[in-house]
Amino acid sequence: MQVEDDASAPEVMMAFYKRLYPFKSVFSWLNHQHAPTRLFTHREFAFTLQGDVYIRYNSFANAEELKKQVVRLNPSRFEIGAVYNARPRDKKTLRPGALQPLQRELVFDIDMTDYDEIRTCCSGKGICKRCWGFIAVAVKILDHTLREHLGFRHILWVYSGRRGIHCWISDQEALQLTDEQRKSIMGWLEVIKGGQDMAKKVNVRGQPNRQLHPSLQSALQIARGDFPRLVLQDQNCFSTAEQTSILLELLGNKEVEARLRKRWAESSKTSEEKWEDIKREISQAKSSGKDTNNSLYRASEDIVLQYTYPRLDAEVSKHRNHLLKAPFCVHPATGRVCVPVDPLHVDRFDPETVPSVGQLLRELDDLETNAGTDGIQQSHHSGQKTSSALPKVQTDSEVDWERTSLKPYVEMLDAHISSPSLTGSSEIEMLRPIYGRPEPIQTN
Amino acid sequence: MFGTASRGNSFRANTVQKHPVHKYPHLLNFYDKPPLDDITLDEFETFAIDRLRILSEIEASYVRNRSYDELKAIVKAQQAKCMPLTASSEKKEIVRITEAERRKDHISHFVLRLAFCRSEELRRRFVKAETSLFRVRYDMELSEDRKRFLESRNFGWMTLSREEERDEVLMNDLRTVNPGETLWYKVRWMRVPNLVEKRRVCLKGGWAYVPSKEQSSIVFQEFETRLEAALELTAKALPRLDEDTRLMPVLDHLGQGFLSGLSVASEYSSAEGLGDGEEVKAEMIDDLAEKHWPMCMRHLHDCLRKDRHLKHYGRLQYGLFLKVVGLSIEEAIVFWRKAFGGRITDDKFNKEYKYNIRHSYGLEGKRTNYAAYTCQRIITQNQPGPQDCHGCPYRHFSADRLQTALLASYGPQGLSAADLPEIVSAVKQEHFHVACTKVFEATHGLPRGQGLDGESVTHPNQYAAKSREIEKAKLESAGAVKAEVKDDNAMEF
Ligand code: SF4
Ligand SMILES: [Zn+2]
Repeated sequence: MQVEDDASAPEVMMAFYKRLYPFKSVFSWLNHQHAPTRLFTHREFAFTLQGDVYIRYNSFANAEELKKQVVRLNPSRFEIGAVYNARPRDKKTLRPGALQPLQRELVFDIDMTDYDEIRTCCSGKGICKRCWGFIAVAVKILDHTLREHLGFRHILWVYSGRRGIHCWISDQEALQLTDEQRKSIMGWLEVIKGGQDMAKKVNVRGQPNRQLHPSLQSALQIARGDFPRLVLQDQNCFSTAEQTSILLELLGNKEVEARLRKRWAESSKTSEEKWEDIKREISQAKSSGKDTNNSLYRASEDIVLQYTYPRLDAEVSKHRNHLLKAPFCVHPATGRVCVPVDPLHVDRFDPETVPSVGQLLRELDDLETNAGTDGIQQSHHSGQKTSSALPKVQTDSEVDWERTSLKPYVEMLDAHISSPSLTGSSEIEMLRPIYGRPEPIQTN
Repeated sequence: MFGTASRGNSFRANTVQKHPVHKYPHLLNFYDKPPLDDITLDEFETFAIDRLRILSEIEASYVRNRSYDELKAIVKAQQAKCMPLTASSEKKEIVRITEAERRKDHISHFVLRLAFCRSEELRRRFVKAETSLFRVRYDMELSEDRKRFLESRNFGWMTLSREEERDEVLMNDLRTVNPGETLWYKVRWMRVPNLVEKRRVCLKGGWAYVPSKEQSSIVFQEFETRLEAALELTAKALPRLDEDTRLMPVLDHLGQGFLSGLSVASEYSSAEGLGDGEEVKAEMIDDLAEKHWPMCMRHLHDCLRKDRHLKHYGRLQYGLFLKVVGLSIEEAIVFWRKAFGGRITDDKFNKEYKYNIRHSYGLEGKRTNYAAYTCQRIITQNQPGPQDCHGCPYRHFSADRLQTALLASYGPQGLSAADLPEIVSAVKQEHFHVACTKVFEATHGLPRGQGLDGESVTHPNQYAAKSREIEKAKLESAGAVKAEVKDDNAMEF
């Protein structure tokens, strides 16, 4: 292993922050506008220093200041928190309790460890292309409901650097959500509940055998697209004896359970074949008129959800003052950069091909030895793009990332920033009834 | 109203009231504007106290986990007592009544805003209690009147467009979520977080389709949100009011009352005859104390027996309590003289103590017939020092000492260690009167949450009177049972 592959080496991280980290883009993404607003200046940053020292309540006037401090402290990672009613760095001078979070992106965190009971390829800290499939279907379902049901448009998905994904929503409406409203979203979204001692983790029908809520029907539809390939073929989730008895228990029908158990004991079957058997039982029950309330079919719907629906870390989303790792940080254990993920192509995302800090620094070294100093000088100018109107932030890193495989990812964030929904007031905003200032209606 | 307080007997309004009648066409009120008419200092306080009584019952209901229906019944009863609200009518005489009642409702709400805007905790509790009160009233309101109220203001909900109504997919979804429903309103989902949380609405593009049955959720949420915002504004404006020396003590008093979770006032006086008319003799006190006194009085009594003395505030707190229990002035003198025993001479007793006892019975000095202290007063005023025995043990004892004292005093009456965690947790939340009520329940074999006929302890004399009443009822029915048993026995032999 070369020294630049070791993300815990201080000089590696220092080089990364100095030359590669896209401070300007991250600034614009948080700030929504060119000139610094409270969205940036009153924003909390927290640093984790080498040796696990944690410093909270930092805040900065602009991107340059942030970069300076990051380079000075050289943290192993840093996190982004809420926008407060005052500058977080002034906390000590304020009276206790005076610093209050006002705004914050709505965030979600999906972590692969919550999938350990259903994934079969890896466990614990591991992740591979195969189990990423669970994350992929979770992203598709969540992205859909966030846009279609909750009406958000400005949604950024970010790989967490190891085994999960983060989601940041920066619509005006999202920024202003109270903790209570955030909690209510979690109620709306959460489907998988219950610990180890509970086989059936999907209980969302209110009354047994009632139709699913339309929002969950649409989730189910997305899930069905991935279920056969992901759960049945690739992960083969119902192969062992233990997995099989969970599956049978989830059917919730003793008679069918006994029949299938017998049949599957006679000859070994794949998950796919078992699922076919279940489908056959469902249609037989239906045609024979035995299953009048569709209970077997409903149970199969719940099983699909249990094996595909996003498993969310609710605590992360419920409170405005929760901190979440900034995009483009480096995961200390894997060395991989936390890059944005395109939800439309989330299936194609492979965590193992995400650039690592070592790889990026090597790319820069190679360029330098090949092109010599003149070449670098030139690319500085060509890389200056349209940023002349912006506060001058930094030189090196703004251009250096362009010459590495980090480029498409930073461009993804930049494209995300320039989408109209972030800066302008949307149609929805205008349509919205003026809240909190009602005028009496003339009733005659 | 409050900002312009002048130095007269009443608070002058800066505008002249134009419509003396029909100022309050609706029973329900969102309290958008402060009252602008003249308010006397007396109204300022008494109105607020009456409202506080209702809000305190609401708070107590949360702590005791009462169901909404129970809460509703209690609020209804309490409201009938302290702040009746008559339904709207065209009739002139009724209008006169409703205007006065609603004015009181209006004013009292705004006085309490002033009292409760000053800390985040107070604001949160006030908003919660007021929203519940609004909800109860909303649910009790006649449907015609409620409809007129809803039409009187813009809640910003939209009805479905033609296109939406023709959209079969959408309508199908709506009927799936709200079976049997035919009418929906549209609002941004943030306005109905509780419905969203439970998936009781359909969401499309950030709009919540609220079934007409759940329309009230929008109304309650709106009430809550607006009140929260208004309180924060009041809090910012309040420092100006500090200059008004007449108002601040009243507001402080009210704030403390709410913090201790008690209604102010209801100061028992001996005239109310809580000792059910029966004369109490000095020698009965030991027995009564053991069986019927709340912890505060029990502690004072034990101290008096142990030290053969009580310090000034202790004598006052206990003496007034005993007066209301039914101890006559003559018996009181006997009681205290004996209690002090040989520690002081007759001469000293007559000179120093007798006067004070007679004074507290209204026979000396200003000749005021002093009322016994309420829990609220005991809890918030004259904080006991290290040598003192007065105060409220739930408030003034450490958790350890309280638990030991409770078990020692009430163990024989059925309080067990298993009851303690709940009591301590109420104390931790500073709901001292609730803790006291729980002890009452545990020692009188009452189901949890029943309290003293549905009320919490607000006065030590109320505690003692209720306890004696229960004992009396038990004795009577036990007497009846004994008589029956005797008869049975007689049959057998
Ligand atoms: S709550 Fe009231 S009655 Fe109970 S101990 Fe305290 S002061 Fe006495
Ligand atoms: Zn894997």
